[in-house]
Amino acid sequence: MPNGQAMTALTVPHLVARTGPDAIALAGQVARAVAAPAASSVDRESRFPSEAITALREARLVGALVPTRFGGLGCSIIEMAEICDVLGQHCANTAMVYAMHQIQVAALMRHGGSTPFFECLLHDLVDRQLLLASATSEVDVGGDVRRSICAVDQRGEEIHLRKQAPVISYAEQADAILVTARRHGEAAASDQVLVFAPTDARTTLTRTTGWDALGLRGTCSSGYLLETHVPATHVLADGYDEISAHTMLPVSHLLWSALWLGIATDAVNRARAFVRDAARRIPGSMPPGATRLAEVVGTLQTMRAQIHDAARAYHAIFDDRDALSSMSFALRMNGLKVQSATLVVQIVAQAMAICGIAGYKADTKYSVERHLRDAYSAGIQINNDRVLAASASMLLVHRDD
Amino acid sequence: MPHDRIRSIVGEHGRLSVAVDKLDDTASLYQAGLTSHASVNLMLAIEESFGIEFPERMLRRRTFESIASIAGAVGELTSGSPGA
Repeated sequence: MPNGQAMTALTVPHLVARTGPDAIALAGQVARAVAAPAASSVDRESRFPSEAITALREARLVGALVPTRFGGLGCSIIEMAEICDVLGQHCANTAMVYAMHQIQVAALMRHGGSTPFFECLLHDLVDRQLLLASATSEVDVGGDVRRSICAVDQRGEEIHLRKQAPVISYAEQADAILVTARRHGEAAASDQVLVFAPTDARTTLTRTTGWDALGLRGTCSSGYLLETHVPATHVLADGYDEISAHTMLPVSHLLWSALWLGIATDAVNRARAFVRDAARRIPGSMPPGATRLAEVVGTLQTMRAQIHDAARAYHAIFDDRDALSSMSFALRMNGLKVQSATLVVQIVAQAMAICGIAGYKADTKYSVERHLRDAYSAGIQINNDRVLAASASMLLVHRDD
Repeated sequence: MPHDRIRSIVGEHGRLSVAVDKLDDTASLYQAGLTSHASVNLMLAIEESFGIEFPERMLRRRTFESIASIAGAVGELTSGSPGA
C-alpha cells in the first residue's frame, strides 16, 4: 500500500463482510465509528480520509462489488448505492473516494476482458483490497472526457503513456490509476482506450496543481503529469466509448447521487434535531422552523425515491449490453445526476435555514456548513450544464414510445 | 442505392477524422471518430433524407456502428415491414 497506512480501526470490532446485507451493515458501523469522528479534521486539513479507508479495507468492503468467483462480495449495484448513502451520511469525503474507486472496479470487472492478466488482477484487488483512482480528464480538451489528446504508444510488448491530467483524486493514496488515452498515435480523439497503471515504479506522478477547494476537500483532487510504462496486456479489452456508456457514466451518476443523498439525509437529521430540541425547550409551542422541516422532508423523500428507482432500473439491465447502449437509459441516468446534484444543494440550504446560526457555524451539533460546501461540488465538479447539453442533444432524436 | 446516400450523409454530418470514401461499409464509425453528438446530427440528417423516424428501439449504439448497420435500419423502416 503506497500510503503506508497500517493503522487498525480499533473502534470497529474485527468484522469482515461476507454478503451484501453484511456489507451495508458493516459500512454503517465503519461510517459511524471511524469516518464520522474524523470527518471534520479531514475537511479542515484537506487530507485523505485514511482512517475510514483503512477500516473499509479491513472490513473487506473495498472489493465489495467484485463477483464472488474472484473472491469479492458480489454486491449488487443497489447494495453499492446503499453503502455510498450510509458513508455519505457520516463523511462525504470517504463516500466520494469509495464511490470513485467502485466506478473503476466496475470498469475493470465488466470491460477488462477474460484475459489472465485481468482475471488475476480481480483476485488481487480483493486479496490486497487495492484502491483505484482515475485519470479521465486532460489539460486542453475543455473538460470533455470522451476526447483525449494523449495516445498509447506501443513498443513491442510494452506501452508508454504520458498524460497531463488536471485532476486525479487521491492519486498519491491509490494503488493504481485507470487512464484514458487514444488507442494509438493516429487514432481519432474519441477513439479511446482505458489503461491500468499501477502506482509503483512503472508510473511517475508529478504534481502540477494543488487542491484547496470549497468542499470535498479530502478527495485530494490535485493535477498531475502522469507517465507510465506498462505491458500491453494492461489495456482494457473494450473501447472507452462502451466502458463510458455501459458502466462509467451510469455507475458514477448512481453512486454519486447515493452519497449526495447521504449528505442531504444527515443535514435533514440535524435540522430535525434542532426543531425537536427547540420544541422541548418550550413545551406546547411549535418552533418556527417546523413547517420548513416538513417541507424539506418531502423533498428528501423525492430525492430518495428517484435514486432507489434508478438503482433498480440499472440493476435490471446491468448485463444487457444492448439496453445499456440505448438513448433512453443514458437520458435517464443523466436526468438522475442533474436532479440529485440540484436537490442536494436545495435540501442542505433549507436545513441550514432551519438551524439558523447554529447550522451556519462549524462548531455546533446542528452544523451543516460542511454539508453545504460538500453539496456544492455535485453540480460543479461534474458540471450540470454539460450533462444537460448531452441530454438536449439526444432529445433531438429521442421519442418516448 | 441507399448505401451511397447514407455514405454521403455520413461524410457530411459524421465529422469523422478519416475521409468517408476510405471506409468500407462495415468499418466502425466510432473508431473513425464518430462522437455521440455527431451521431445525433447524423440521425437527424438520415431521418430527413429518407423521410423516416428512428423508433426508440433503434436509438442505440449498434444501429450507427457502420454504414451497413445504418443501411439495415433504414431498409427496415422503409420496407413497410417492421420487425423484419
